[in-house]
Amino acid sequence: MSTSEPVELKEVRGPSILSGGWRRTWELCRLMSVTDFKRNYFGTVLGYLWSLARPLLLFAVLVEVFTHVFRLGHTVPHYPVFLLLNIVLFGFFQEATVTAVGSVVGSEGIVRKTQFPRLAIPLAVVLTAFYNLVLNLVVVFVFILAFGVSPMWTWLLLGVLLALLFVFTLGVSMFLSSLYPRFRDLAILWGVFVTALFYATPLLYPITRVGATSHTLSKLIALNPLAPVFELANKWIINPRAPWPGSAATGGPGALVVSIVLFVVICALGVFVFRREAPRIAEQL
Amino acid sequence: MTEDPTGPPILPVQHQLQKAAFELDSGDAPAEPQRRPTLLDTPFVIDVSGVSKSFRIPDRRSAGARGRLPWRRHFRELRALSDVSFAVHRGEFFGIVGRNGSGKSTLLKILASVYRADAGRVAVAGRLAPFIELGVGLNPELTARENVVLNGVMMGLTRREAAGRLDAVLEFAELQEFVDLKLKNYSSGMLVRLAFATMIQADADVMLVDEVLAVGDASFAEKCLEVLRERRRRGKTLVLVTHDMVTVQEFCDRAMLLHDGRQRFLGDPDQAVLRYYRLNFGGADPGGAGGEQESAVSLLDVWLEDADGRRVENALHGQPFRLGVIVQAREHLRAPAFAFQVLNVDDVPVFSFGTALTDPDDEPIALPPGRRVKVMAEIENRLVPGRYAVLCSISRSRARGDDAMGEARVTDFLVKGHERLPGMITVAPEVQAYVSQGSV
Repeated sequence: MSTSEPVELKEVRGPSILSGGWRRTWELCRLMSVTDFKRNYFGTVLGYLWSLARPLLLFAVLVEVFTHVFRLGHTVPHYPVFLLLNIVLFGFFQEATVTAVGSVVGSEGIVRKTQFPRLAIPLAVVLTAFYNLVLNLVVVFVFILAFGVSPMWTWLLLGVLLALLFVFTLGVSMFLSSLYPRFRDLAILWGVFVTALFYATPLLYPITRVGATSHTLSKLIALNPLAPVFELANKWIINPRAPWPGSAATGGPGALVVSIVLFVVICALGVFVFRREAPRIAEQL
Repeated sequence: MTEDPTGPPILPVQHQLQKAAFELDSGDAPAEPQRRPTLLDTPFVIDVSGVSKSFRIPDRRSAGARGRLPWRRHFRELRALSDVSFAVHRGEFFGIVGRNGSGKSTLLKILASVYRADAGRVAVAGRLAPFIELGVGLNPELTARENVVLNGVMMGLTRREAAGRLDAVLEFAELQEFVDLKLKNYSSGMLVRLAFATMIQADADVMLVDEVLAVGDASFAEKCLEVLRERRRRGKTLVLVTHDMVTVQEFCDRAMLLHDGRQRFLGDPDQAVLRYYRLNFGGADPGGAGGEQESAVSLLDVWLEDADGRRVENALHGQPFRLGVIVQAREHLRAPAFAFQVLNVDDVPVFSFGTALTDPDDEPIALPPGRRVKVMAEIENRLVPGRYAVLCSISRSRARGDDAMGEARVTDFLVKGHERLPGMITVAPEVQAYVSQGSV
């Protein structure tokens, strides 16, 4: 290299959500999530099976309880697979967000000592959980076929469902992980909240069943931004005769609009807060 | 030779100090150390102007549950950097020195995009690789292969580039056989080699290195330095933050001294190092601003010279050398005495010596403010090759505890030799072995 060749100085503006650009962020978090995924399962004897064991166990218990105790199983079409699909989908949201809360603090070493697009950290966590979800879904579809649901063209819309769920999960994860360094109560708070959300999302029961007993309750549940996603999952994958989100049986169009607005606002808030916190996050650790 | 105010020498060997002399001079400036040629007319690759940075430190006074509420928290501003400006040429090795808490690591982190500066402008040309702590981002659960790729990507390579450099990294680290071993099973020496090799092979245009050159065994350290020199010839730039003054003097083209977040000096590394030692001289209180003013004497110059009186940075094993110190009194000193201690790399005192300012009748000479004293110690060099530091303290009178200047590290030096020798000093005893006749 000749020493007199001119150089181009580029301003360094400090760390940010995407320092180094999209490509680098993507490359980094793909690498991080893959190694993380491998590390989670390669050390154990049964490996990946463990990640399936938890939702399956929960599924077995809930199927038992809801079909025999609450007698829900007889009135909801294909109730066991409805439940299994929902548990696996919600499991992804739960696993990703709960891990993401502490993720930035957990990677303190690299955050404080390397140049790093900050987004790569929560994104890698969500991706790791997503690989898990994809593998679990393969098993879920085996069950779905085994329980006698016939394949439908709407199965192709699974991608849309996963994309919606992924975006929402990432938004929430960004929000939580960037605020956690300052508000350490968030981890505990979120753990409780996500459990409440598990029951407040129409995944153990179709929302139509709630409407039959209490309109107020079903309206409230319909405000949940995750509710339409689960309603669509039920309609597209298992029971094509289920009502559309926003129809009168699922809380009405007003509730749907609110839940969509909430969905968008929460994601935007995640991006906004993360962008604001990213440049100084290393100082708060 | 006068009495030794620090007590008897630590080792029961003959006093290494053979002659300590002093001269009074009337206040001429100490001889300017020879400057190394300022080489670089290459363009700047780092341009920092007016950078300031403060941290918000949670204030402990507002403890208790209510104080922890987000809107009730109180913070204290800690100014880490104030208006720092400098530029680094391409192909330059630039040192940043300063005491703990002087802001040098903060500055490096701003260059590395870990922190964002509050004010000022930072610009860098080319790809920059920070090496702020050894082995950051190395994952003990992963193999060397996976770690090298991951770390390479963190240093700014693409995955393909990082994977392509795997062999070169492992070869440099001499760890080819362990490529599929998890890092948790590595020895610490192996980790250091892997971490360093990863950085070297990232081959960035600008390398930011914090305090990590003195790693690994001697031969590996030498290998690292050799590679860095080769990188410099190829126009790569290095910014080095360190406490190790020997490295700065040997290695850097220019150096900057930071003190309390302010830039105190920028230029010749020898000068920067001297000023660094002067700062140490005065201030016992690292947080105190202008600690220099608190001491009753100030240090003007410290140097090593060989037997022919040429200034040197390092001594050769077995060759005697001289230690020269020039100090200036700031207040009236009734009977000043000087005590020195030489520590090895483990901070173990190897020997000590001292002298007092006396007339031929052994009566103390008082030193008025403004007068300068030059102390020359001729030292019989029995030190084994290695790194040493010199501590110095000055007392107002021969009474103990009456310090004009508390003990301070005034210089570091290397004793160079070909072999590593056991022990702390070399003694040449006359040894003979006889076959005994009968019973002895």
